[in-house]
Amino acid sequence: MNAARQNRFNTVAAHGALILYTLIALFPVFVIVINSFKTRKAIFREPLALPNADSFSLIGYETVLKQGDFFLYFQNSMIVTVGSLFLILLFGAMAAFALAEYRFKGNLVMGLYLALGIMIPIRIGTVAILEMMVQTGLVNTLWALILVYTAQGLPLAVFILSEFMRQVSDDLKNAGRIDGLSEYRIFFRLVLPLVRPAMATVAVFNMIPIWNDLWFPLILAPAEEVKTLTLGSQVFIGQFVTDWNAVLSALSLAILPVMALYVIFSRQLIRGITSGAVK
Amino acid sequence: MPDTQTKPKFRWHIVVFLAPAVLVYTAVMIYPLFNTLRLSLFTEIDQERVFVGLQNFRTLFGDTVWSTQFWNALGNNFWFFVVHMLVQNPIGVALAAILSHPKLRFASFYRSAIFIPTILSFVIVGFAWKLILSPIWGIAPGMLDAVGLKSLYAPWLGKEAYALTALSLVSVWQFVGIPMMLIYAALLSIPDEILEAAEVEGITGFASFWKIKLPLILPSIGIISILTFVANFNAFDLIYAAQGALAGPDFSTDILGTFMYRTFFGFQLQLGDPHMGSTIASAMFAIILVGVCLYLFGIQSRMRRYQF
Repeated sequence: MNAARQNRFNTVAAHGALILYTLIALFPVFVIVINSFKTRKAIFREPLALPNADSFSLIGYETVLKQGDFFLYFQNSMIVTVGSLFLILLFGAMAAFALAEYRFKGNLVMGLYLALGIMIPIRIGTVAILEMMVQTGLVNTLWALILVYTAQGLPLAVFILSEFMRQVSDDLKNAGRIDGLSEYRIFFRLVLPLVRPAMATVAVFNMIPIWNDLWFPLILAPAEEVKTLTLGSQVFIGQFVTDWNAVLSALSLAILPVMALYVIFSRQLIRGITSGAVK
Repeated sequence: MPDTQTKPKFRWHIVVFLAPAVLVYTAVMIYPLFNTLRLSLFTEIDQERVFVGLQNFRTLFGDTVWSTQFWNALGNNFWFFVVHMLVQNPIGVALAAILSHPKLRFASFYRSAIFIPTILSFVIVGFAWKLILSPIWGIAPGMLDAVGLKSLYAPWLGKEAYALTALSLVSVWQFVGIPMMLIYAALLSIPDEILEAAEVEGITGFASFWKIKLPLILPSIGIISILTFVANFNAFDLIYAAQGALAGPDFSTDILGTFMYRTFFGFQLQLGDPHMGSTIASAMFAIILVGVCLYLFGIQSRMRRYQF
C-alpha cells in the first residue's frame, strides 16, 4: 500500500518535471508564432493572448513577402542542403566501403586520417578556405557551401557507415563475386541497399546543422542571389528590427521549414541517436 | 578475401572508392587548416605577404590592445563553457533519467518536444529570446510580475554583468536535447538483469540511479563533455545573431569565434586582417587540441568500460 502510494507520487513528480521542461522548451516558439498573426497594438498590449478576430493581422507576412526574397533563399538552402547530403552520402559510403571491405596497406592510417575531422571543427580553417574560394572563383556560389559542408560531414559519415558495413555478411558479397559482379556492382547493388538505415541516420544528423549554419554563408556566400534562408532571415531581421510584425513573421517563416523537416524525420533522428550511432 | 587471385594485381577499385572523399576532405578541410596555421606566420606589408615568424603571436599576447581583447574573449568563452557544464549537462542527465523510466507514458512525446529547440537555427533562437527578454515588449517582466518577482527583472542582455550568462543560458536552453538524447540512449543500453539484481538487494529509485546507472553512463558523460567543449570554443552564431559582431554591451559577450570574425573581416573602423585572424584561429586550434588530447589520454583511457 505504502509502496503503491510512493510509486504514484513518483509518477506524478516525473510528469510534473517533464511537463515543466516541455513548456520551457516550447514557450518561446509559441510566443513568436502567435504574435506573428497579431496587429502591432495587440502584440504589445497582450503578448500572451491568442490572436482573435479583433487582433488578427497578416501585415507582418505581407511585409516579409514583399521585401525579402524568401522563396529564393529557401531554394538556395534546399539546393545546398540536398547537394551536400548527396555528396556526403555517396562519397562517405564509398570510402567507408573501401575501409571496411578491403585489407590494404595504409587502411588504418587512412581511417584515422579521415576520423581527425570528427573532433577538429572546420571553422578553424576559414581564413584559408575563403582565400581558396576567392582564387578558384567559387566565392558567392552555392558550390562553395556545398563543398565545405561535404568536407565537414564526411568524417563522421565514414566513421558511422564503415561500422555498419562491417556487419554486412561476407557470404553475400562473395556470392556476388562468384556470379561475376564487379566490385562496383557489389557496392551499389548489394551493400548500399543493406545500409540504407545507417545512411538515413547520417543524412538526418547532417541535415539540421547544414540548414542552420550562419558562419559559412556569411563568409563565403553573402551575395543576394546565393543567400541561404538562415542568412537571409538574419539580414532581413537586422534591417527591420523596429518593425515587430515583420520580425515576428520572418522568424515564424524561418521556423516553419525546419519544423516540417523535424516532423517528417524526428523518428529517424531519435532512432539514430538512441541506436548508439554516435558512441 | 577478394585478393586470392594468382598474381597480386593493383586493385584500382580501392582507389576509386576512396578518392572522392579523401580529395574533398583534404582539399577543403585539412589543407586549409594547415594553410591557416601557416598564414598566422605572415603579415601584409605594402600589399605583399611577408614572413614574420611568431611576430603575430607576440602581438596577440604582448600588445595590450590585442591581449586584453584576447584574454577577455578567452575568459568569456571559458565561462560560457562552465555554464554549459553546470546547467546543460546535469539537466540533460536528469531529463534522460526520468524519461528512461520503463513505465512512463508519453515518453516519446516529451522527448520530441524537448528536442525542438535544438533543431532551430541560432538566428531564430537569438532573436526570439532577444524579443522575449526585451524590456520594450515586456513578456519577461510581465511573467515575473505574475509570480510576484518583478523586482528581479533587469534588461539582462543589455547589462554587462548579466549578458554573457543570459546568452549562455539561452544556448543551454537550445542544446539540452543533445545530452538528454545521448544519456537516454546510454541508460537504455543498461541490461535489465543488473537493475533487477540491484532491486533484489533493495537498491531502487534514487539509490539505483546514483549507485548503478550513473557509474555505468560515465563514459557517455565524458563524450558529452568533450562535445560541449569543442562546440563552445568554436561557437559564434548565437552571439552574432543576438548581439552582433561587436558582442556588446562593451565586448562583455565576446568569445573567441566573434573575436576571430571581427579581426578577420574588420568592423566599422577596424580593417580586416586575415593574418591576425589566422593567428586567433591557430590559438583556437591549440585550445581545442589541448582539450581533446586531455580527454583522449587523460580521461577516456582511464575510464572503465563495461561490456554487456
